[in-house]
Amino acid sequence: MEKVELNVNGFSQTVLVDSSETILDTLRNRLYLTGTKKCCDEGTCGSCTVHLDGKPVLGCLTPTMRCVGKKIVTIEGISAGEDLHPVQKHLVKNLGLQCGFCTPGVVMTAVPYLENNPDPSIDEIKNSLSGNLCRCTGYKKINEAIQSAAEEMNS
Amino acid sequence: MSGPVGKATPYIDGVQKATGQAMYTDDFRYPNMLYVGLLRSSYAHAKIKNIDIKAVEADPSVAAVAIGKDIPVSFGVLPISPDENAMAVDKVRYVGEIVAAVAAESIEAAQKAVQGIKVKYEPIREFLNPADSLEACAPDEQIHDHTKNGKNIHKTAELRFNDPEKEFESADFVRKEKFKFAGVTHAFTEPHSTIAIWNGDETLTVISATQVPHYLHKNLSKVLGLPIHKIQVKKPTLGGGFGGKSDPFAHEMITAYLSMKTKRPVKCTFSREEVFITNHGRHPTDIDMTVSCDKTGKISALDTDVIIDGGAYGSFGVVTSYYNGVLLQGPYKIDKFGFRTRRTYTNKPQCGAMRGHGAVNPRYAVEVVLDMLAHDLKIDPCDLRMKNFLPENTLTVGQLRITSNGVKECLETVRKKSDWNERYNKLPYGHGLGVACGFFISGSALPIIWNRYPQTVVHAKLDFDGRIVMFSGASDIGQGSDTMLVQIAAEELGIPMDFVQVEAADTKTTPVDLGSYSSRVTFMVGNAAKMAVEKVRKEIAKAIAKEKGIAIDSIKFNDGKIFTKDETLDLSWVEGVEIAMAGRGAFVESGFYISPKLGGDFKGSGAGLSPAYSFGAFISEVVVDPETGEVNVEKIWAAHDCGKALNPLAVEGQIEGSIHMGLGQALSEDMRYVKGQIMNANFFDYRIPYSVDTPEMDVTIIESNDGEGPYGAKEAGEGPIHPVLPSIGNAIYDAVGVRMCELPITPDKIFTKIKELK
Repeated sequence: MEKVELNVNGFSQTVLVDSSETILDTLRNRLYLTGTKKCCDEGTCGSCTVHLDGKPVLGCLTPTMRCVGKKIVTIEGISAGEDLHPVQKHLVKNLGLQCGFCTPGVVMTAVPYLENNPDPSIDEIKNSLSGNLCRCTGYKKINEAIQSAAEEMNS
Repeated sequence: MSGPVGKATPYIDGVQKATGQAMYTDDFRYPNMLYVGLLRSSYAHAKIKNIDIKAVEADPSVAAVAIGKDIPVSFGVLPISPDENAMAVDKVRYVGEIVAAVAAESIEAAQKAVQGIKVKYEPIREFLNPADSLEACAPDEQIHDHTKNGKNIHKTAELRFNDPEKEFESADFVRKEKFKFAGVTHAFTEPHSTIAIWNGDETLTVISATQVPHYLHKNLSKVLGLPIHKIQVKKPTLGGGFGGKSDPFAHEMITAYLSMKTKRPVKCTFSREEVFITNHGRHPTDIDMTVSCDKTGKISALDTDVIIDGGAYGSFGVVTSYYNGVLLQGPYKIDKFGFRTRRTYTNKPQCGAMRGHGAVNPRYAVEVVLDMLAHDLKIDPCDLRMKNFLPENTLTVGQLRITSNGVKECLETVRKKSDWNERYNKLPYGHGLGVACGFFISGSALPIIWNRYPQTVVHAKLDFDGRIVMFSGASDIGQGSDTMLVQIAAEELGIPMDFVQVEAADTKTTPVDLGSYSSRVTFMVGNAAKMAVEKVRKEIAKAIAKEKGIAIDSIKFNDGKIFTKDETLDLSWVEGVEIAMAGRGAFVESGFYISPKLGGDFKGSGAGLSPAYSFGAFISEVVVDPETGEVNVEKIWAAHDCGKALNPLAVEGQIEGSIHMGLGQALSEDMRYVKGQIMNANFFDYRIPYSVDTPEMDVTIIESNDGEGPYGAKEAGEGPIHPVLPSIGNAIYDAVGVRMCELPITPDKIFTKIKELK
């Protein structure tokens, strides 16, 4: 076990972790931040997406030791318990979620994407989400929600 | 309707889901909790000679060990085929079957410890394809000893009306085709997960990712020998089901047993590989489909012979066997009709119910054969279908009672929207359009376990705070049934939705609902909820009428107000509630739903009975690259008759999700086994459509306003998958002239067929 300091959602804390464990397991099992979901645990579905220094990474493929000294943001850090981010707001409003299990990963993928691509077409949005598996929605309402979020962020 | 019913309504738990606050089973943890490790069989079919657990019992991280003989009582979702055990007892029947389990202090310790259990196997002949299972074998080779005549046939379902075979001898046009379908699986995103807690008062609480808390409740009682009143099953937020969480599962029995044994909370969550191994997906299927028609295109007879590969256990298989045949009685009127389905046991993970249960593969077959007949007759495939639709308010040949029926409007809609008349059969080579229709039950009219109770009961509680709490056993699995309960209460009482809250899917506090399967929830729970809330409204009106000395019938509820038209009464909702509470306090009203008595009096007449049926028609547009055989589905026009969309957003979501799932089965999904070992138990190799693979979708909701559905509603969750696959298959024919009778339609298959054609 290793003693590491992790900065999660702007707050630093010391955690004992196994040197081989992933940030997904550290978040869920040691910090009890269960908003980040474990769906495939092998990098195929995007459900565990978190931000490492502002960039989306797959939590299940990212060793916790690689996160030391970096800023980790999880779904719990997105709206900070206050107003919803436009991406979240439009996913709710447009029913871009059904069972909701892939939703945190979709949010964590779409938020940085829109920050870098403020005016995407539907095809560009589809491409940006090509690593997020959703089995419920057929993606249509997710794509539309993200486009509405982009419009709101630009206005 | 002036309230939220019929209006696009975001889910009441949408914000929790979008912020990561929604709690799924694996998100719960309890003090002093143990974790389950499972040892699985590496043999497809073998006798268990010996299990040695000594080394593991001595492991300090292990709190308890369990093997099959500890809980040998069989279970299963259908009381007619309880053929499964929590862990293999004397033999294993598929690679991956659970043989032993441990409860240990951590996940890692459990996974490590369980490998210390040593099992001695003696292999038996393996049955890996249905053809072998149809033949007689030696008694000790039989997969289950209850099957007849030494064969591994689980069920033969057969019905025949008016001699269809005879019609084929003299019919003007007859088409007989063979079809083959790979097995596919639900692939919900949330892996199976269960937590069991043995409480201080000698009761058991099981939190589980299940679509059927009630059936889990009953089966836990049976297997554990614990009185049913001592078991509480709760379904928290659930990450998708599609039928894949609609059986009671072995791991649920094991986790509960280990909790009883250790008197500690125990958790079991599957890896993705374990989810694939558990399966319960759509059966691999072989179909011989024969359809005849006269010179005008009127269908005269249909007969089909179906073999479905059930895997090692029964699951819903008896129902699946019937659904492969009986659900071909619509949407077309066919008076000479027959089918036989044989479900075989094989040494593979079991198959069961999956979205569109039992009817998706035969639907593909019949819609493709109808397309062939249209070509033989040189009739437009839409016209051929229009000639043959069942009317409203009729009986099918097997006495399924058809009530509302919007299929004509569905077909007219997609035909117009896709510009079919101008474009079908006229697009350049490689581009094509295809049409297909659909038909599905809106709730099974018969309960799985025969009883005299309603199929669902809903309680509506009103207290001094003006809050309505809806208590329902219904399981929201992402389809939005909790939101529907709130919409209905708000509609009936004329109050904002935020006055209504839901307590659902908890067998201790909520009245029984049979579960989220057979597309029954909107129809049955919706009706029961409406009845419960109507009673609440009457109670409030009665109290106000008495206090104010006015007629009950004059009192209206709308817009958060309770009033009379002449304005002599003008109360806020909360003021009205205060009057209703006087001298009595909080009260609960109960609503229920029981299906009307339906069906004929022949054996098998119960299969496919439903209080209503949904209908649909879809048109797909595809581009096929003849050089590679690659198919790109460009657009799908979908029209589905759901009676009345209580929540149009949710209905669209179900149709769009069905397109996604149908597309996957049509083009890429395939459970592949070699020697009984699954070869693609991950999302790399089991190819589900991602965002970039899904077509443009044009969705139209058709509202035929069913006379018995709540506000006229019928189902939308399963019916819309049926037309997806054959509309794609038929579009491929229009594009490149090849008939695809084997699914999934991968590029190599198309390429080979095109080459043969040339």
